[in-house]
Amino acid sequence: MSDILDIAREQVLERGYGLNEAQVLEVLQLPEGRVGEVAALAHEVRMRWCGPEVEVEGIVSVKTGGCPEDCHFCSQSGRFDTPVRATRLDIPSLIEAARETAATGATEFCIVAAVRGPDETLMAQIREAVPAIQAEVEINVACSLGILTEEQATELQELGVHRYNHNLEAARSFFPQVVTTHTWEERRDTLQLVREHGMEVCCGCIVGMGESLEQRAELAVQLAEVDPHEVPMNFLDPRPGTPFADLPVMGAIEALLAIAAFRLAMPRTQLRLGGGRELILGADGAEKGLLGGINALIAGNYLTTLGRPADEDLDLLEELGMPVTGLAPTT
Amino acid sequence: MTETQVVHCDSCGKPADSGDHTRCRTRRAATDPPRYCTDCGRKLVVQVLPTGWTARCVKCGPLTP
Repeated sequence: MSDILDIAREQVLERGYGLNEAQVLEVLQLPEGRVGEVAALAHEVRMRWCGPEVEVEGIVSVKTGGCPEDCHFCSQSGRFDTPVRATRLDIPSLIEAARETAATGATEFCIVAAVRGPDETLMAQIREAVPAIQAEVEINVACSLGILTEEQATELQELGVHRYNHNLEAARSFFPQVVTTHTWEERRDTLQLVREHGMEVCCGCIVGMGESLEQRAELAVQLAEVDPHEVPMNFLDPRPGTPFADLPVMGAIEALLAIAAFRLAMPRTQLRLGGGRELILGADGAEKGLLGGINALIAGNYLTTLGRPADEDLDLLEELGMPVTGLAPTT
Repeated sequence: MTETQVVHCDSCGKPADSGDHTRCRTRRAATDPPRYCTDCGRKLVVQVLPTGWTARCVKCGPLTP
């Protein structure tokens, strides 16, 4: 047996073991003509090891712009002259956003801040917002507040934060070309803290930032090593004013190969279609993704850009016979 | 904000009647809320929400989606 998809069928589909780095690279290098075949296998793997349910999440930016970090893809960095102007969302608006998110059928509502890590002002807001949302809206509250201290992780867990997002963003070998103000290892340490404090780990990435296929395979395996509950998979949408503004937009075929390869590396994770899908995959991107390894969606808008209306995604899920995951209690 | 002639591109903030705004129009149609005030060209304060967005110019006032 030498064809990578034959190997994947036996190793991943039948036995549930994710592909290793060399094997993921082989998938990423498959010719365009085999995309349908690999997407179909990734879909089978998802159905076998995760089931037909699709988890739907809404996200909102509680603190937009003015970030001290220099993530080269991000329009919210205060170091670049981008069109994004700093603003904060108040607590009543956060609760309303959570309510709107729950009305779409979503079970996760993620509060995101453009920060290196939470300062006392932000923690005070989270301290007030999380219980207020929990009291008024039936939805799991997740947070994405950057690099955490032990004390902050403890407090978030005690507040009942269900899941914490902190993306690796890029492969370890490529990370210094994406971010210079903090390290890949600092991100990994926060993920470790999150796990130790009993919150679900959400750890994703952005593909199409100029990384090689080898580095993309490295990233898939490094994400698998984190063993996250969820992996949001974003595609670079080159934002004006950022260092990555002029990078070419990734092709749809390449993106579908990446989705399939990541599913074959992580057969049991929630693989969420994140930002950039409208740009890279087009209007039917959600369908292509959901039939190619994806089993989670962001409903509605992103942090600074607009997504497909949630209704359209929900209609699609119904057409595809994929039920929305129900609400699980916070542990 | 009263309706007035569009002086500035709401995507890049540059004069609307000069330069190439093809990419700006593509962005606005696809995934981007307005980013600049069409009257004065200032950056807008934009809050994207799960099902909508709000935008406000510090000089000219709020925009209606």
